[in-house]
Formats: sequence, C-alpha cells, structure tokens
Amino acid sequence: MADWEVVIGLEIHAQLATKSKIFSGSATAYGAPPNTQANLVDLAYPGVLPVLNAEAVRMAVKFGLAIGASVARRSVFARKNYFYPDLPKGYQISQYELPVVKQGKLAVMLDDGAVKTVGITRAHLEEDAGKSLHEGLVHASGIDLNRAGTPLLEIVSEPDMRSAREAVAYMKKIHTLVRYLEICDGNMQEGSFRCDANVSVRPRGREKFGTRAEIKNLNSFRFVEKAIHFEVARQIELLESGGTVVQETRLYDSDKDETRSMRSKEEANDYRYFPDPDLLPVHIDEAFIDAVRATLPELPDEKAARFARDFGLSAYDAGVLSASRELGAYFEAVVGHSSPAGATHAMHAKLAANWVMGELSSALNRDNTDITASRVTPAQLSGLLARIVDQTISGKIAKDVFEAMWSDGRSADHIIEASGLKQITDSGAIEAVIDTVIAANPKQLADYRSGKDKLFGFFVGQVMKATGGKANPAQLNELLKAKLGGGPSEPV
Amino acid sequence: MLHTLSIGELGKSLKSGQISSVELTRHFLSRIERLNPALNALTTLTAEQALAQAAAADARIAAGVQGPLLGIPLIHKDIFCTDGVRTSCGSRMLDNFIAPYDATVVARLKAAGAVMLGKANMDEFAMGSSNETSFYGPVRNPWDTAKVPGGSSGGSAAATAARLAPFATGTDTGGSIRQPAALTGVTGLKPTYGRVSRYGMIAFASSLDQAGVFAHSAADAALVLQVMAGFDPKDSTSVDTPVPDYPAALDGALDGLKIGLLREFFEGLEARNSALIHDALKIYRSLGATTVEVSLPHLPLSVPTYYVVAPAECSSNLSRFDGVRFGHRCENPADLMDLYKRSRGEGFGAEVKRRIMTGTYVLSAGYFDAYYLKAQKVRRLITDDFRAAFAQVDLLIGPTTPTPAFAIGAKIDDPVTMYLNDIYTIGANLAGLPGVSLPCGFVEGLPMGLQLIGPHFSEAKLLNAAHRFQESTDWHRRAPRGYD
Repeated sequence: MADWEVVIGLEIHAQLATKSKIFSGSATAYGAPPNTQANLVDLAYPGVLPVLNAEAVRMAVKFGLAIGASVARRSVFARKNYFYPDLPKGYQISQYELPVVKQGKLAVMLDDGAVKTVGITRAHLEEDAGKSLHEGLVHASGIDLNRAGTPLLEIVSEPDMRSAREAVAYMKKIHTLVRYLEICDGNMQEGSFRCDANVSVRPRGREKFGTRAEIKNLNSFRFVEKAIHFEVARQIELLESGGTVVQETRLYDSDKDETRSMRSKEEANDYRYFPDPDLLPVHIDEAFIDAVRATLPELPDEKAARFARDFGLSAYDAGVLSASRELGAYFEAVVGHSSPAGATHAMHAKLAANWVMGELSSALNRDNTDITASRVTPAQLSGLLARIVDQTISGKIAKDVFEAMWSDGRSADHIIEASGLKQITDSGAIEAVIDTVIAANPKQLADYRSGKDKLFGFFVGQVMKATGGKANPAQLNELLKAKLGGGPSEPV
Repeated sequence: MLHTLSIGELGKSLKSGQISSVELTRHFLSRIERLNPALNALTTLTAEQALAQAAAADARIAAGVQGPLLGIPLIHKDIFCTDGVRTSCGSRMLDNFIAPYDATVVARLKAAGAVMLGKANMDEFAMGSSNETSFYGPVRNPWDTAKVPGGSSGGSAAATAARLAPFATGTDTGGSIRQPAALTGVTGLKPTYGRVSRYGMIAFASSLDQAGVFAHSAADAALVLQVMAGFDPKDSTSVDTPVPDYPAALDGALDGLKIGLLREFFEGLEARNSALIHDALKIYRSLGATTVEVSLPHLPLSVPTYYVVAPAECSSNLSRFDGVRFGHRCENPADLMDLYKRSRGEGFGAEVKRRIMTGTYVLSAGYFDAYYLKAQKVRRLITDDFRAAFAQVDLLIGPTTPTPAFAIGAKIDDPVTMYLNDIYTIGANLAGLPGVSLPCGFVEGLPMGLQLIGPHFSEAKLLNAAHRFQESTDWHRRAPRGYD
C-alpha cells in the first residue's frame, strides 16, 4: 500500500462585523424576520447602485496587517455572474484579479506544540448572498435577502496543510485572530465563520498535486475535521482501487458523515468575471494603512509570548490562555489581583493558569457558556487562590470551594468560614487525630510495620476522613511517617 | 405661442404672473393629446400628477420662490425611475413595473419645481439607434413620420422637436441623446461621464451611460444641466467636482478658441452633409475661433470596441430581470430554470437578446482576453487619442450622424448597418467626454446635426460655443410643419 500525503487548502469566509452591508445601508444584524433588512439596493431594483462601505475595507486592511500581508494600494471589485434566486442582481460583487490583501502567513501551534506556518494567498472582500427557504413551504421556495450584501472577507490559504488536524488548527487560529481584531464575531452557528476545504492526496515524495475536491460550506471545526477525514479516505480508496479523483465540488452531510458530489468541473458555472463598472477601484494610501495599524490590538502570538515571558508559562499554556482576548484578559485579571504573600509572581501565575484552564474551563464547558459569562469573577478566583497559597485550604478543598462559589457567588473566605473548611495546620491537632487512627487500626499498623508500605495511603485516607479533608497534606505526611515509625518507605 | 418660448422666457412669464404653471402644463398636455398619437413619443402620460405639481409650483411662485425651472414642464425618458409611476424602459419586461423611488435626476428636477408631463418612449433598455426596438412600437420623426427619430432617446427627441414640452431628459450610452437630437433638429447635450448621477437610471452599460438633456437651445440646456449636474453619494462613479454656473458662461467670447476638425469624421461623409459642417466652421471663424484639422487614429475602432464593451456590461446588468422580484414573470413556471428562461424569453425583445448573447460570449472563458480585454485596451487608446487632441485644441467638431433620419424599417433587420449610425458619437462615450449636437441645416428637408466634443467637465465651454453658434443661426428655431 502506497504512503499517501494529504494536501489541504482552506477558503475561510469571515463575515465582517460592520453595522451595515457592504454596498447598502441596510443593517446586518442576525435573526431579523425575513426580508426586513433588505432595501432596494439589496433587492437589486432597476436603477440602484452599490456604494462601498469604507468600514469593510478598514477591517480587511486590519486583517492584512495582522498576518503581515501586503495591502494592495489598488484593488478592484469584479462581478461574478450566475443566476440563483438568492442572488438578486444575478451577479455577486467580489474581488477577483486584484484583491485587497495578498501574501500573508500565519504560525499555527499544533496540539503537540509543534509550530506550522501556513501561507495565506489572499484575502478579498465580497458580498454574501441571501438564503433560500424550503421548510414549511409546499411547491414553493422562499427567499430571505436579509443576508444578501453582508460583507465577507474570504481568506484563501496556500495548500500548505498536511492533515485534518493541521487544517483545524489553522482554522481555529484564524478564528482567534478575527475575533482579536474585532472584525468578525466568529459565530459559527449563525454562519459568521465558515469554510470550504480543498482536499487532495498524492503519493508521498511526489511534487505534483493530486486532483482536488472542494468541500463546501463547513461551519464547525468538528465538521471540517470529519469531512476531511472522510474525503481523504474516499480519495485514497478510489486511487488504490485503480480509479481517478475528479475535480468537483462536494457537500459534507454531517448526519451521514460523508461527502457527496454537488457538481463536476464540467458542470461548473462560467462566472464571466469582469471589473464592476459601478464601483471605482479602491485606492488605499499609506496614511490609511498607518491609521489602521494604530488600531491593531496585541495579537494572539504577541500575547502568548508575553505570557510565557512574564509569567513563566509553558508555550502550550500561554497559547491556550491567549486563544481569545477575553480569556487572556480574565487570566491577567486573576494574576493582577495582588499576588498573595508567600507566593512568587510566577508561582501565583502558574497556579492561576492551572485554575483557569482546569476548574474554570470545565465549569464553563459544563454550563455551555464562555468566559465572558463566567459566574466566578477574576477577583473571586484570585481570592480563592490566595487561600491555597497561604495554606488556609488544600487544593482539594479549594475545588469544593470553587464549586460553591460557582453556584452561589459567595467569596472564598465566606465559604471557607461558613463551612468550616479551613485547613488544619496545627501539628498538635493533626497528631491527635493520627494517634486515634493508629490506635483504632492495630492490624494495619502491624502490617505496615512488617513491610506493607502501601498501607501508608490507608492511614492518610483515614486521617483525612476524620478531619473532613482539612488536614494540611504536607504536614500530615510528615507527621504520619514519624508516628508510624521508620516505615519501609522511608529511605535511609 | 407658449410652446415656442424659451425656458428663460417662460420663467419670466411665470414669475410676472402673466401665465401660471397650470396654464402652461394644460397647454402642453393638450398638445400631447392632439399631436402625440401620430408620433408615439410617450409611453405614459401623468396629466393628473402634472397638474398637481404645476399647482404646487404656482403656489411656490406666489410665495416668492424663484428658480429657472420652477413651474416648467418636462418629459422624462422612461429609463428614469419615477416614484409611483410606471418605468418601463421600453420593455415588456417592465411593462408592469411601478418604480418605488425617484432617480436622482428626477428628484433634482422635481425639487427644482419642474413639472413632469409623462414618460418618453425609447428603444428597449436603450438598445437601439432608431427607437424601433421599443415594446410600445416605433416613435415617429415629426419632420417626416415615415422616418425614425433616432434612438435610443427617440421619444424625448421627437417630443422636444414637436414642442410637446420645453425640454426632455435622455440618456446617452453610444449617442442616444446626440444622434436623435440631430435627426429631429433639437439641441442635445451629453455631459461628461460622472457629471450627472446615474442612480435610478436603469443601467444599460454602466461605464458608458450618462444622463443629459434635449432642449430647443443651448441656453435652455444650460438651465437644465445646472439642476441635473452634481455629485451624488448614491453613485460612486459620479464625480465630486464643483458645478460651474453654466448659464453665466454662455455669452463668453470665442476669440482665440481653437476648434479641431476630426479628420476621421469627414472621411466618406457625403459632400452635402460635409458642406453643412463647413458652413458652421465659417461662422465659428467669424466669431473669432481658429480651426485646425486633427486626427484621432484609433477613432475608427470605436464601433467594434463599443459593441464588445456595451453588450458585456448589459449582459450582466440585465441579469436582475429574472422574473423573481419584479417585472415580467411567465405563467405557471414548471421549475426555476423554466421561470428564468420563459420570463426572460418573453420579457426581452430581439435586440436586447442579441446584446445579452454577444456580451455573454465576449466575457466567457476562453474569449474574455480576445474580446473584452482587447476592447478595453482599444478604449484606452481612443481615450489617449482624445487627450492628445485636447492638448492642441479646445473643442472638436464634426457631424453628429453620417446621414439624416432614415425610413422606419430600413435598417432594423441589419444590425451592423444600424450600429454604424453611431459611428461619430460612440467615441465620446468610450472616453467619457461631453458632447453636444446642434441643428446645423437640412438635407432633403430633414435636419442634420453638428457635434461639438470637449474635454472632461468642459460643459460650460461647450454650451458657450453652442450658444454663440445659435446666436448667429436660426436652425434651432425651426419647427417641423404642424408642430410650430
């Protein structure tokens, strides 16, 4: 069996977060009743003309600068001609030969910490089409033109990705970036962020690309991964059984987890692109670019590098915590709430990172919400961490305190006080409990002393049980070893 | 007689209270009622609305409001969207289309107090040079009703020539104002591309279309252009450059004006037609201008270039007429493709279909470079030729058309011969230049036009030169028999 190499390129459509449409004054808000956000321009009435929304251009330039791309001083809108009921003009205004953004690149960190650089061929502005509605209609189709004319940035990658995993990591990175830049809300359920995947395979070592299939309209990371997996397997199976891959557009059916042919190259439309004579070429000067550059936020990679440098975090942790502006801000707020006495800055930061990525993320996932809707504020979490650092409570008890905090919003101190969860650090008190436990378990004591060192854990458990988990674990270990006396686990 | 007065004279009479706008409007409405049936110049009459607008204008005049077009009637080419009034574009496709808004040109004239009498017949979607492609039938030339009035703004031209209104709007994509103005003996002005907003003007070829005016004189045209011209934020291709005072520029002296004779326009021109232009040159020289022959070597390529660019754009512009949201829809479509095919098949006439097919072809994969791209390159060369010429001269002069009006039916089955009618006018569209056609004499009893072309945004100079010519001639005062 041949060794196949997978080649993937993505075309990501990011809906730009402008208030009005790209060529008309209609609102772009999602979810309005059908056709209530479609004016005469969107409806392509006779005589109407498009007028470019400068905000969309500004957002595209912002993206271009963020990926170190070249921003075209002159770009041109073209018409892509085809008939479809949700395309009122009979053409889509897009950019073809001269896009606004060309030749950028993006470093993507994979799960194993390796960094992959993906080339971005171009990013161009275009308008979205409307939607055809079939549900609840008999012998008829409805058309909703609310979405028609919504600005999109189509981000076209080089065929640089070699696995579904890489493709998803790249798509997630773009997703992170557009939200950092506040040019797209990234809402995939609403279709604000979606992609087409170009997939082909070739025998490893061969330079020439295999014939590709384009999988349309993937609107979740999971679907991208599954669709690519299916498509790769389909192509390899086809080639290994002596068949050939045909260039075609395919659709991913998430219910059946398969891709199927939409149309072949022969059936493809001839779009008859030509420059749109209703719109002037877009001229962008240095002053405009400088003004946009001045609005760039700290980018994800910059933030991750800073987290690693300033807080001593691993590259992986720094990457996770900078995956969204909001998460990064939350983490920084936790750290910023006065480093508790007894903890070094880095130690506290590492603890904060573990808690944000651990307990907090689990709670958010469980509630199916995100960091912006966290029920525990950075100040509350910081207050909890302070009690761990000053040994008022153990890490284990802290998890219970966190849960209580999550459900009723009280402060850590309040919960610890009210529930008597304060850690027992009084050696005398711990010793008293140890004595009681040892006295109650003579057989285990004998076994331990005769070499069953695993029973050390039994005694720890008994003491913890007796103290309601509040005994300081480190102290307990030390005192217990001394009391059990010269156990075999003790190295000489 | 009210219909023989200039806009300036009518304005004075309205201001002084000698006449009212309602009287003036009634006068023209009754002329339309009496004379239009023989001409078919109008597709829609808006008498009731006109009288209401006239009454409103009278009230404004009484309140002391002033304005050169306040209370003056006009006719709009049926290519301009008019709020609440059918806007057919001469097509069955839009026979049922009531526009829900006013084109910018319509809105500006309305705001100035001009009174719309109705909508003018035209070649379907402005595609034609004879006004024979209209769904509403051909318009007849008032000088000889067996002859065409030219096109595509044939209804506006015929209505102006027949004194059915003091002025009319038109559009000019390849000569659609200047050619019918020449063939009907009126003054027709096509402004610089971008001088007048295209918003609300149903698009034929977006990079060439420009709105303009038909009037009885350059002086009247100046008053109308003053209102129509100006930047419109709704049209990205309209140009944000100040609008000069056109009427104030009319009387400027022509001493030292350099006029270039377009050599290519005289090659093959019949002697008697050529003689009329040379007579005009004598007048210009007597007014202090100098004349020199200039050559625009690429100008003979105008017609083939135009018939690639214009159909390409129209094939895309007319895609919105799909039977889905407005306009003609076929009965009982079986499916989506059937809806498209039959709605468009039934809604469009032969010439429109010919151009959509031509345009689709020249934009298609494999032919784009050979046709569309090549045509754009030639268009640039033609534009450069004009630029070089305007480095030497102030204005260019030549005939507007090769011949006077031809018989209805004579050329309609021979598209190439028909297209050659615009041989002298297309160049200005390709280069985006302003041009004006002025009556300059008669051949076999039919009017002929003299064309002046100027650099971009030289309308004031063009109208000045046209006005001074009209002060020395009376061709523009001649009215066809029965319409005087």
